[in-house]
Amino acid sequence: MLRLFSGFAAVSALVAASSAQAQVKIGMIVSYSGQFADTGIQLDNGFKLYMKQKGDTVAGKKVEVIRKDVGGIAPDLAKRLAQELIVRDKADVLGGFELTPNALAAGDVSAEAKKMMVVMNAATSIITTKSPYIARTSVTTPMLNDALGTWAAKSGGIKKVYTLVSDFGPGHDALNAFKEAFTAAGGQIVGSALFPVANMDFGAFVQAAKDSNPDAIYIWTPGGTQPGAIGKALNERGVDTTKIKILGQDELTGVSALKSMGDLGVGIITAAMYDYNLQNPLNQEFVKAYQAEYNREPDIFSMGGYDGAQLIYRSLEKSGGKADGDSLIAAAKGMAWQSPRGPVMIDPETRDIILDVYIRKVEKVNGQLRNVEFAKIEKVKDPVKAKMAK
Amino acid sequence: MIGSFVGVLYDGFAYGMLLFLLSVGLSVTLGMMNFVNLAHCAFGMLGGFVAVTLINDLHWPFLATLPAAFVAAAAASVVFERVLYRRLYGKSDLDQCLLTIGIVFMSIASAAWLFGTVQQPVQLPSWLRGSVDIMGRGFGVYRFFLICVALALTGALIAMLEFTRFGARVRAAVDNQRMARGLGIDVDRVFMLTFALGSGLAGLGGALAIDITGLDPSFALAYLVYVLIVVAVGGLSSIGGSFVAATLLGVSDTAGKYYFPEISSFLIYLVMVGILMWRPAGLFGKR
Repeated sequence: MLRLFSGFAAVSALVAASSAQAQVKIGMIVSYSGQFADTGIQLDNGFKLYMKQKGDTVAGKKVEVIRKDVGGIAPDLAKRLAQELIVRDKADVLGGFELTPNALAAGDVSAEAKKMMVVMNAATSIITTKSPYIARTSVTTPMLNDALGTWAAKSGGIKKVYTLVSDFGPGHDALNAFKEAFTAAGGQIVGSALFPVANMDFGAFVQAAKDSNPDAIYIWTPGGTQPGAIGKALNERGVDTTKIKILGQDELTGVSALKSMGDLGVGIITAAMYDYNLQNPLNQEFVKAYQAEYNREPDIFSMGGYDGAQLIYRSLEKSGGKADGDSLIAAAKGMAWQSPRGPVMIDPETRDIILDVYIRKVEKVNGQLRNVEFAKIEKVKDPVKAKMAK
Repeated sequence: MIGSFVGVLYDGFAYGMLLFLLSVGLSVTLGMMNFVNLAHCAFGMLGGFVAVTLINDLHWPFLATLPAAFVAAAAASVVFERVLYRRLYGKSDLDQCLLTIGIVFMSIASAAWLFGTVQQPVQLPSWLRGSVDIMGRGFGVYRFFLICVALALTGALIAMLEFTRFGARVRAAVDNQRMARGLGIDVDRVFMLTFALGSGLAGLGGALAIDITGLDPSFALAYLVYVLIVVAVGGLSSIGGSFVAATLLGVSDTAGKYYFPEISSFLIYLVMVGILMWRPAGLFGKR
């Protein structure tokens, strides 16, 4: 009896060992439903496209993906899903995370379970400090706005700026990064306004901004309906973008925002880490493959997902297929590759991404509104963590 | 200085009219029928989506979509009234809140399913866009349009409720239901029509608001708090009260945004608290 039992144990241990060797499980925590479903789906599309291009075997291991729907901002659910993925489904890597609260909650699980976690969109600086096993393949809000501030003062010929920012967390982060970089480079903030998250009428804000006679108005909104509404208020107040420049982050002139603004959007300057119009062969190939697969253009979320899958694959290759947190994160640190958005690298110190930030301007190209990049700031690091290290 | 003051007054008044258009329907349903209808903005959102669909897909002229938005919201509300709302007339406020907030969430989910979570592009005809320069200051054309519509609507509503037979029936049914029934007034029908009127006005308000606010499924919840503030400050059951309250809030909010932008998101609440401490039943409230 005892021999039989130990025989079973040996066999099952063998099976377990061989299956663990043959497989790597990636648990994706993404919003497939709810308000952020579109973001989540674009992110996952990017992830799937990379896997389709490279096949599902890497370093001799078969990659299996388990997808969990977190349905929007739900940190408690994100944490539970992360626990389930690791404990029950035996996931080796956690991925996805388009929203900061969810990423922060799952970060605890990553630290405790010593599993690699790849943040593919959420853009708050501190996320990567939550666990020593987190790496990020998207961007941080301060990176974009810091780059924009420096560019505005140094190359944009802008000396006086009025800031118009949404009154909540990420808005404050963005504003602080922009303000610090801009004033450090010699610019001056002549006035600022904070508007409520559910603001109906931007007329008075825009009028106040215009009346302070700035060279530029810096605007930050969390996307949604506000970019369009602001565009209309700018037009109604007769703000001429050739005289008063409008500065902002990518979402201000996102695809749906431009549709809503129409020609009013022409001339708005934004900072972004990716746009499907980027002119390089790798990106053109990427966009073509993406369109063929999903019948739409990739966006920044797709890019985060695509490079997220890329980072996991490359780390696995480098670690020789070892999927424990320590080996994977060690492999990820300092990993550099050519992405459709340009050269990127995982900062060996902060595990955050280092990338090129593009400064773009909305122009009418062949009757269509497009974000056309005209300047590039190379190798931008997250300014917040750089300051924390000091 | 004078110029900016006039500008703020104009913008504030127009913004007040926008608030009024969105909330006048609620002062009918909440104020007159005493029904806590938190789903008011959901009917506004319906009006907005009707207008956007008609403009973008069927290429209707903007003005023609406004009555359509009114009718669509009113018709939808009749269904809701017959099936759900009427069961809760006279029930506690909490029951009514629970039902209507549930409807809000369902409306958000339905809108997201039908139209997606992205914002809807709204493009007005060119004669309503831009602004007219008077003494170096731009006055928005659409704002002028809003003011005209709001004034016309206020006149029509007050006339209808005060001077017509239907208005008399509504007031009778609200003031003393049993007596009204005894006099042969079909209270059920009157309530249904009143509710349809209130929701129709919400739909119209929604269609008029979306050019300024934008439209996505969160519309049903995002502006609810402003609408409730207008009705509370104006005093229940008073169209004129809502009008004055909306004007007051619009002007003070705009002035706050213009002169004290750092604290502007808070100012509207401060005004509300101040007025309600002075007159707890609202400016023109009777009860």
